[in-house]
Amino acid sequence: MSLDIILSILEENWRSFLNGAYMTLLIAIISTIIGALIGLFIGIMHTIPVRKKSIKSVILKVFNFILTVYVEIFRGTPMIVQAMVVFYGLAAYGVQLDRFIAAIIVVGLNTGAYMAEYVRGGIVSIDKGQYEAAEAIGMGHFQTMTSVILPQVFRNILPATGNQLIMNIKDSAVLSVISVTELFFTSTSIAGANFRFAETFFITCIFYLIMTFVASRILRMIEKKMDGQNAYSVESKREEPIV
Amino acid sequence: MMEKVIEIKHLNKSFGSHEVLRDVNFSVNKGEVVCLIGSSGSGKSTLLRCINLLETPSGGEIIYKGENILDDQHDIKKYRTHLGMVFQQFNLFNNHNVLKNCTVGQQKVLKRSKEEAAANALKYLKTVGMDQYVNAKPRQLSGGQKQRVAIARALAMDPEVMLFDEPTSALDPEMVGEVLKVMRNLADGGHTMLIVTHEMEFAREVSDRVVFMDKGVIVEEGSPEQVLVNPKHERTKEFLKRTIKQ
Ligand SMILES: Nc1ncnc2c1ncn2[C@@H]1O[C@H](COP(=O)(O)OP(=O)(O)OP(=O)(O)O)[C@@H](O)[C@H]1O
Ligand SMILES: [Mg+2]
Repeated sequence: MSLDIILSILEENWRSFLNGAYMTLLIAIISTIIGALIGLFIGIMHTIPVRKKSIKSVILKVFNFILTVYVEIFRGTPMIVQAMVVFYGLAAYGVQLDRFIAAIIVVGLNTGAYMAEYVRGGIVSIDKGQYEAAEAIGMGHFQTMTSVILPQVFRNILPATGNQLIMNIKDSAVLSVISVTELFFTSTSIAGANFRFAETFFITCIFYLIMTFVASRILRMIEKKMDGQNAYSVESKREEPIV
Repeated sequence: MMEKVIEIKHLNKSFGSHEVLRDVNFSVNKGEVVCLIGSSGSGKSTLLRCINLLETPSGGEIIYKGENILDDQHDIKKYRTHLGMVFQQFNLFNNHNVLKNCTVGQQKVLKRSKEEAAANALKYLKTVGMDQYVNAKPRQLSGGQKQRVAIARALAMDPEVMLFDEPTSALDPEMVGEVLKVMRNLADGGHTMLIVTHEMEFAREVSDRVVFMDKGVIVEEGSPEQVLVNPKHERTKEFLKRTIKQ
């Protein structure tokens, strides 16, 4: 491997690399967001309080069962296989999905299956006292969730979501099996044309590293921001402190 | 005749086969400060939690201003806004700063405007001496400070009755005083209060009435003098002997 060759490959193909990286990022970001929303939805569904033996509880049970089946299927099979099944399987039934859309569906559903568990954990780990305090001032379940519980859940699942984003940046490489033009697929094409596999994929490595590094830094910053400053400002002292 | 704010009739509560409250009858009058005492496990917390329906009573009636709130069609959320609850473990909303802790309920439940809620919150934060800390998050406060904010949060809903469940039991000894001081001021200010406490000295000073519970029943009630100084019942005497020894 020589630097000259690497530079010349870059010079010739930088546009393709950038396009591939852009696709990878786009797929990773969109599907992580979709996955987080799915996870949030399932996590919330699994923690809705219902009276036993009401109609509502039966409907909810059936619905939650279906969601559990989904989670098990997507966590229990390789994403590369899911990609094949979704893309070619649907094509067999005459549904010709756009490759990019298929990619988003596969990675999004996969992420959702993992996030569901994190969200459920994030919800049940919130102290019971938080619910009771909210109820005690007259909030309903919905208000309690939106103004007290979920904001804390968001914070709790942020690290897991970040990990998932980084996993998705890397694992979207398997989508090359359905010819999505993300970074790995693009690199394979480039290498296929110049036969410089080592150098080409060295560049690919650097691209992936930059993306994951920047993503994790940005997430760290968001976490910091959500935690607020460590110090609070004490308002200027007023006349009588304690009545 | 005094106006009864809350009246409890024949209240029962079981957890499974475990009867925790048995035929509890008592009431709280407007402006009255009632202290509920009794040994650990006697059902004091459960009684308080039944009153604001954090626990569902197994039987009996809870009458608030003449209406039985255990009726099916009664608006529980609205009823709860009339009761201000202060917990042993503070339970401040961890995601909100001090001011927001005191405004979120006013805005979401009472539908007050942001400005109105903030003004009201500040008024009560001043009452508890925490108005300088409006920007602090709960995790940045000491136990005593958290509890004072929790009191302000409850007061900010302008409740008819304040319920306190051992508000100083989770506090380091040096912080108990600041919280009791705030509560004394509230009592002097004419607030209606029902307080579960192990602080006998405090109970004697502030309460109009003391209620002694044992094993899920009310054994004795009366003025602080009657119950704490000259108790009639054996069980009360024993309890007082035990607590004073400690
Ligand atoms: N959710 C619950 N499930 C089952 N049993 C419970 C529950 N809550 C309370 N109990 C039981 O009810 C009894 C009364 O409890 P409670 O907390 O009301 O006592 P307490 O008088 O407040 O005691 P303490 O002074 O220790 O706070 C206890 O025996 C307790 O074990
Ligand atoms: Mg208790």
